[in-house]
Amino acid sequence: MIRGRLISIVLGYGTLAAGACVLAPLVGSTHISLARAFDRSIPFADNVDAQIFFVARMPRVLTGAIVGSTLASAGVVMQALLGNPLATPFTLGVSTGAALGAVLAITFGSNLAISALASVPIASLAGAVVASVIVYALATRPGRPISTMVLLLAGVTLNAFFSALILFVQYAADFTQAYRTIRWLMGDLDVGGFQPIVAALPLVLVALGLFAFLPRSLNLLSVGADIASTRGVDVGRTQRLAFLSASLATAAAVSLAGPIGFVGIVVPHLVRLMVGVDHRIVLPASALFGAAFLIGCDLIARTVLAPVEVPVGVVTAMVGGPFFLWLLVRKS
Amino acid sequence: MAARAKELICAVLLVLCGAAAPGSRADARESVGGQRDQTAPQTRATRVVSLVPNVTEMLFAVGAGSQVVGVSSYDDFPPETKTLPRVGALLDPDTERIFSLRPNLVIVYGSQTELEGQFARAGIRVYPYRHAGVDNVLQTIRDVAQLTGHQTEGDRVVRDLRSQLDAIRARVRGRPRPKTMLVLGRDAGSLRGVYTSGGVGFLHELLDIAGGDDVFGDIKRESVQPSNETMIVRAPEVVIEMHSGESPPADVLRRERAVWNSLVSVPAVRNNRVYLLYGSYLMAAGPRLGRAAEALARVLHPEVYR
Repeated sequence: MIRGRLISIVLGYGTLAAGACVLAPLVGSTHISLARAFDRSIPFADNVDAQIFFVARMPRVLTGAIVGSTLASAGVVMQALLGNPLATPFTLGVSTGAALGAVLAITFGSNLAISALASVPIASLAGAVVASVIVYALATRPGRPISTMVLLLAGVTLNAFFSALILFVQYAADFTQAYRTIRWLMGDLDVGGFQPIVAALPLVLVALGLFAFLPRSLNLLSVGADIASTRGVDVGRTQRLAFLSASLATAAAVSLAGPIGFVGIVVPHLVRLMVGVDHRIVLPASALFGAAFLIGCDLIARTVLAPVEVPVGVVTAMVGGPFFLWLLVRKS
Repeated sequence: MAARAKELICAVLLVLCGAAAPGSRADARESVGGQRDQTAPQTRATRVVSLVPNVTEMLFAVGAGSQVVGVSSYDDFPPETKTLPRVGALLDPDTERIFSLRPNLVIVYGSQTELEGQFARAGIRVYPYRHAGVDNVLQTIRDVAQLTGHQTEGDRVVRDLRSQLDAIRARVRGRPRPKTMLVLGRDAGSLRGVYTSGGVGFLHELLDIAGGDDVFGDIKRESVQPSNETMIVRAPEVVIEMHSGESPPADVLRRERAVWNSLVSVPAVRNNRVYLLYGSYLMAAGPRLGRAAEALARVLHPEVYR
């Protein structure tokens, strides 16, 4: 029975996500001719429509799909792991670690000759990994389940500590660097080519692959760790896997597009309101709906005030927040 | 009794005037060196603290360098500033340290209203600097020259700058004006986080003087953050990146120049007209404006500088 339901829901949400992927590149701040964009007889360098389609819009939409699905599914996992509906992929300090890395690269990167190593995506990925390792080391004891309380406190404290470090670095930075840092924190999907996507994809795929092992245990875990362990779930192992995969997913997404807020909390809740609480369905549905959601928000971001853009993180908050509240009120 | 009431009304009026003073900065600006504060004697400022690096530059240019007793944390030009006491900057002015330097003129940013009030209450003259176009730079030079008693030198600096800019304008007159994108910053090694000059501000004006048409001239903001799509659509014929730091080694320069190659349809990229300029003079709204304008003119119109 679950299998049939899963298939129909995944098909439904999959159609939505695929539709967003196909339709979003057709729309933008300028009008382009599709026939011309795909006309092979025009050299690529002369074909402005093809340039806009393949260099500007396609990578952007794909980034939206990847980041949206990763953040949304990481949000589902974090909420189950912490047993807290307010948890987000950013709760345990991963994004703040990434932000610290990015801020350091923005502030000091231009002074270093090794600018390839000091690039913002690599520095933010490194920051995210460092943050996850610290939280993991603080919260885990060998052979024992993770105390979610300790995990949460360690994450929140690390968030605060890294935020303070970010402020300190920003304080030392000059005006333009501080400005660029703030802009990075608002999130940006305009990656300008497929290369950044290709670089982030392996991490994303590993994380999503690990998520596939989680739904059944997460269902039991969200009832309670004790009940889960009497039902044969290795709680410690599940928690570690959930934490590591969600952190990896978040790290990859944030290093690709900055810490885009709201996706990781609004999408899981919206999906739960629509399909129920079974993680076997919520997890894939959130991944697909997250992709469509972020592509849609970015479409608004790049068209509503054209030629000027609205940061996509601002749009996710403005669209996601009220919509979420409306659903909440309607449901209760 | 009536006399008492009159006194009271006068006192109230005085207080009100005092409270209104910091708000009416535009008037203060008009009367710089004039009647900003009726009670303070309008002598020339002999001890100046400047929180604004480009105004520090102006002070040195008009010959008031020896009167400068404190500078901001970001000052590095002229080299003489490096040995002067540092007193913080826009976000972290060290008020105590500024007081301890016993200045009789403090140059602050126009947005530092708290600070302005603090010094005004202490009877120290304040000059609020506002960032705007080329005319504003020239006016600021004249203002600080007057305040420090170097009016003649100030007028000379302004005259020189004006004739320098006019000469550049004359030199490129009649040449085709390429559509130019003036890039003020981006992430290293990629076309992400690009921000460029919009249709307002001294950099936009310098580009105009140097004989280029700003591709974002229609967007009336000091800076614009264009997406890759917008850059492709606007199709600049020349791209000029301005970096205030020192020029990096050749291989880094080559790599940074190559990031533009992803936008193959953009004329500037196709015709190899992407330029990376380095130097602290490029972004400083001060006496080195002419040099910055000339650097722009040289890359926009190499033929007239041959």
